[in-house]
Amino acid sequence: MNHGTSLLWKQRALSSLSATRRGLPKEKMSENGMSRGKVLTIDNMNPTVKKVEYAVRGPIVQRAVELERELSEGMKKPFAEVIKANIGDAHAMGQQPITFFRQVLALCSYPELLSDSIFPEDAKNRARRILNSCGGNSMGAYSASQGIESVRQDVALYIERRDGGVPCDPDNIYLTTGASDGIVTMLKLLVCGEGAARAGVMISIPQYPLYSAALAELGAVQINYYLNEEKCWSLDISELQRALNEARRYCNPRALCIINPGNPTGQVQSRQCIEDVIRFAARERLFLMADEVYQDNVYAEGCQFHSFKKVLFEMGPEYSETVELASFHSTSKCYMGECGFRGGYMEIINMDEEVKAQLTKLLSVRLCPPVPGQALMDLVVNPPQPGEPSYERFISERTATLSALAEKAKLTEQVLNTVDGIRCNPVQGAMYSFPRIAIPEKAIKEATENGQQPDMFYCMKMLEETGICLVPGSGFGQKDGTYHFRMTILPPRDKLKILLNKVQEFHQRFTQQYS
Amino acid sequence: MLSLTTLRFPLVSLRASRNSPARLGSMLSCRRRASLPAPGRHKGRIPEWDTETRTDMRTVVQQAVSGGPLHTAFWEDEAEIGAGVKKPFKEVIDVSWGDPHRGGVKPLTFVRQVLAACLYPQLMNGEKLPVDVRQRAQKLLDGCAGWSVGSYSATGGLPEIVQRVSEFISRRDGGVPSNPENIFLCCGSQWALTRILNVLVNAEEPYPTGVLTPAPCYSTTTLSIEGLGGVVVPYYLSEERGWELQVEELHRALESCKGACHPIALYVINPGNPAGQVQSRKSMQEVIRFASEKRLFLLADEVYQSCIYGEKEFVSYKRVLSEMGPPLSDTVELASFHSASKGFMGECGLRGGYVELVNLDPAVKKYIYTLFCADSSPPVLGQIALDLMTNPPQPGDPSYLLYYQVRSRSTVVNNVKKACEVINSLQGFSCQAVEGGAFAFPRIHLPAKAIQKAKEAGMQPDTFYCLRLLEEAGVLASPGSDYGQEEGTFHIRFCILLPHDVLGELLLRLSNFHTQFMKDYS
Repeated sequence: MNHGTSLLWKQRALSSLSATRRGLPKEKMSENGMSRGKVLTIDNMNPTVKKVEYAVRGPIVQRAVELERELSEGMKKPFAEVIKANIGDAHAMGQQPITFFRQVLALCSYPELLSDSIFPEDAKNRARRILNSCGGNSMGAYSASQGIESVRQDVALYIERRDGGVPCDPDNIYLTTGASDGIVTMLKLLVCGEGAARAGVMISIPQYPLYSAALAELGAVQINYYLNEEKCWSLDISELQRALNEARRYCNPRALCIINPGNPTGQVQSRQCIEDVIRFAARERLFLMADEVYQDNVYAEGCQFHSFKKVLFEMGPEYSETVELASFHSTSKCYMGECGFRGGYMEIINMDEEVKAQLTKLLSVRLCPPVPGQALMDLVVNPPQPGEPSYERFISERTATLSALAEKAKLTEQVLNTVDGIRCNPVQGAMYSFPRIAIPEKAIKEATENGQQPDMFYCMKMLEETGICLVPGSGFGQKDGTYHFRMTILPPRDKLKILLNKVQEFHQRFTQQYS
Repeated sequence: MLSLTTLRFPLVSLRASRNSPARLGSMLSCRRRASLPAPGRHKGRIPEWDTETRTDMRTVVQQAVSGGPLHTAFWEDEAEIGAGVKKPFKEVIDVSWGDPHRGGVKPLTFVRQVLAACLYPQLMNGEKLPVDVRQRAQKLLDGCAGWSVGSYSATGGLPEIVQRVSEFISRRDGGVPSNPENIFLCCGSQWALTRILNVLVNAEEPYPTGVLTPAPCYSTTTLSIEGLGGVVVPYYLSEERGWELQVEELHRALESCKGACHPIALYVINPGNPAGQVQSRKSMQEVIRFASEKRLFLLADEVYQSCIYGEKEFVSYKRVLSEMGPPLSDTVELASFHSASKGFMGECGLRGGYVELVNLDPAVKKYIYTLFCADSSPPVLGQIALDLMTNPPQPGDPSYLLYYQVRSRSTVVNNVKKACEVINSLQGFSCQAVEGGAFAFPRIHLPAKAIQKAKEAGMQPDTFYCLRLLEEAGVLASPGSDYGQEEGTFHIRFCILLPHDVLGELLLRLSNFHTQFMKDYS
């Protein structure tokens, strides 16, 4: 299937969808319901739900979908297509799946293909192995709530290899529905207490909105610690200390969340910094949550990914036997970018046994993670080995994707930094740039009058004028008086270049218009 | 091979008495019963639980960790069989959950071919797969960003699939309109139910939120309600009347929780799980009137809607509501749940489900949308399963014949009938007609001696029975006490959506075991 036409189809499909989602006459039942009060109203619904916000899929994205529809209906716009650089969705941006992964999954779905010669032997063997661990040899059976045992074993082996031999117990591995399922579940376990004893959770600012959304929903106290933009979004222990001391006055801080490599900020933590964070968590008795879903996405020279688990264990028993840690990984990022499968795992270290039992119970409520996602996780942690028929192809596909990402990270930083009024830290890792933008006073005033955050105003204007969909920094949190946007580095190189040029032009026009 | 950790949800159940008017409080870390250990507080990591929840938690913990006495035994059994210990059976038949594929039901070829083609589009080149399979895969991929099932979908699901699901609903309901904007696809219906409960259960009110819930009831739902800080208010289905839902009992239940909680929703399971009843239209109308009068939000769990074996037809709550006309049809708020895990397809592992919302306040719906946003997007293969379930091959399509051949309804109906006959022929067993669903839930009249023996072992009598059944006959069923039952009555639940031969073997083992058991304890 030719990719160009497929994109076109996609657009058509999208627009038809939004037409039905938005435009068609509403059904009678739901619209005439005003004659008497609702049972469930915004006044009596669970108030914590009202505090949930999710910028990555917020108003800008909704407008982008509308614009796509308008375009397809022939409406004139100053651009030919909407480019969604708002979300870390690699395949949507044209990245191709890893052949081996998809072969195995296709075989697992339809095992009759095992007799087909188009599939390499190692893919077939792998599919058989996965199917043997599924109930009734089918991906359509429920798995255990914690995940398929053989997959958890493979995850444990992967972690041991990754961490230079630090042991990993499969019983500590929980397969999840994407990393977010694990993160939310852990937060649920941690949150308790009333008033000044209410649990507080430390998150970085800027942060990934999943954290703020989950904390709002749970009614937990969000404790902000600011990353140091001047020092390439690095984490200062003194800032952690400041945030913690302040928070202790009004809540009970229990957990510290770290995203490494950073989202949206793209920094990669140094080993030293991780050690300091672990010491801090140990000293202050905080539960550590390490979001490490971008662990393969490290581009900058001199930067290396160090897992919290590895560093923790290399710090000796004083730490490795006491500090409680949950670390998260997923199939959605790195070189695979398989977001649609909702595969992921978490590893839990040093957690109280009885709490673990509660965790198992919590997980059992959602029955099990999607089995194809579990199968995919298995392939990610246990890819083809040297000597196997699929090895060469796998390595070349993986290398191509990762080196293209590295190149695009560099390109993004370079181009954005040529623009007056945009300053971009190096994208050391992950999939985003998070440049700071100068917004003229006049624009800030107009935004405020519209009841909009200035960077939301900026991004909305950019979308209307250029068709580029970004997420304003205010959706992630930022220091007061600073403005940013998050842009993915995922579009194909040529498209990315066009996109960056358009951003540049827009910024200049915008600055001119409002100065 | 199962291990200790492969525990199953039905046994992760609540131990508090089902017969108390309202089982207060949550066992998770909800505010009112804040109780999980503070990692930051306790050097030795000893949890600081308030004593009240502690016992409760302990029990559940044990249930959860060990999978309960049954599952421990199961595990040992399997291990022993593996180790060559002689047992009176070759392998354990696990009918403790409604998982058709695990029970040996084969996946539908059409479904799996489409999935394979979506996963590996190279399969669409050439004639390997039937043309309708290729067309469908093509159409589905057209709806996916970047032509890949690996991309995120929109919140609430791929719009084309949502659209087709809404058309399915409208067809099913005899033309009652269904608006795609009111449909959210998600990671299984249970996930959606928890999301909606999350909006209903107001954790900040001083008075806890109550949800009227059938007894017996699927145990994951009660766990969800309590986990969110809500209160389960049980209403008992009338076993004598074929597990009928009686509106007087709803009144009683509502009265019973006065002063203990603020009831906001009424949860119904139709066709029933575990009870297997199918509600009549008249009964549904009564329920709707009751919900309207008492100002309750209706939660209709309709995941077994295509599993119907008797004379009674399945009618959706949405349809009945709509046909009752205004003012009811314009006012009663309803959330209806469906899933790809059951019915013909039985694709539990793909995790595809949806909820349709009716008459919701648009302002509330906005927040529900945001909640679903935070879940990223539902698994795409699960969404595809829903698409295929709601839009199966049509007459004339190359896959049509095969699709319907393997799933002849009459085979299933005969199986179910046979199962009920066999059970009812056994002394001490009585099984209401299984009109729908996936389970039989027969009552066992246990001899006093067996009850005594169970008590001595510190077990519920039906748990004791199931444990013996597992040990001696290699059949893993689950005890009625996990689902809630009238005090002094005992039941077992087992899945009947099984291939003919497996069901035959199951019934044979059960019969032999039961006869011997009754002899031993009479």
